Amino acid sequence: MRLQKATQCALFAVLELARDPKIQISAADIADTFGISVNHLAKVLRDLARARLVESMRGAGGGYRFIGNPKRVTLYDVVKLFEDVDTHDGAFPETGEDGDIGRALNRVSMEIENITVSTLKSITLTTLLKNMDR
Amino acid sequence: MSGIRVKYDDFEIRVAKNSDIAAVSGLDATITGIAKPDYWGDMFERYGTRDKRYFLVSENNDGLVIGFIIGEVRAWEFGSPPSGWVFALGVDPNARLNKVGSSMFDAICDCLARDGVDKVRTMLARDDELNMTFFRSQGMMGGPFVELEMPLAAPVTRKKAGS
Repeated sequence: MRLQKATQCALFAVLELARDPKIQISAADIADTFGISVNHLAKVLRDLARARLVESMRGAGGGYRFIGNPKRVTLYDVVKLFEDVDTHDGAFPETGEDGDIGRALNRVSMEIENITVSTLKSITLTTLLKNMDR
Repeated sequence: MSGIRVKYDDFEIRVAKNSDIAAVSGLDATITGIAKPDYWGDMFERYGTRDKRYFLVSENNDGLVIGFIIGEVRAWEFGSPPSGWVFALGVDPNARLNKVGSSMFDAICDCLARDGVDKVRTMLARDDELNMTFFRSQGMMGGPFVELEMPLAAPVTRKKAGS
């Protein structure tokens, strides 16, 4: 699974903010930390705010802070905001007279997708942050 | 195995006794919705009474069993060097978020490490988010083995010669 740029930005931002939910960090500082476009990140942060994962703080020292429960929010909760990870259409069209090759390939495709989804659902932000050094 | 005992403020971890099996079976039935007392009796015979097999329980200060964990060392299955296996874990839903599961996991990992292995493995249903998230939180990640399965055809019945 190759993640889109927006998903990568969202994961960087959410994890950086979830490290310490008490502090606020500006979009510019997050962008600088990860070497990503601040304009792109600003749009992603708006989406994360709509999903009630972060909130924007105005005024001096303003920025963003994480407002979810890092022990409950999983990588899947972030990725699904930007990726089509729940489709079960299969990656291959069932072409040909019987569509048997397409169906067989779709079973493999589904197996890969199911493993991806269960992996993302099983890793909370706290778990990822706790085990970063392993 | 009989000497394993770890005391915490609210509970202690110790080796399972025969008299715990009804409580373990009841706890499992509460968690899974399926009562299987014969299975738990068999598990105690196989894992509660032999060396290098570990059947641990958590008991709270009121004497109630609030958790269990089972594991052993397995070796050379499709080339896998000796490694620890944890294949059963349950915590009373009312006792969760109190480090009962992680304490039992730590205790069984200590037992397995003392047996000389440096890895611990488990196998879970893909959609078992509760246990999957728990084991991930302990630092477990996908390993080099993959579970495979297929449906079995009905057994072929053959007539004996002369019948």
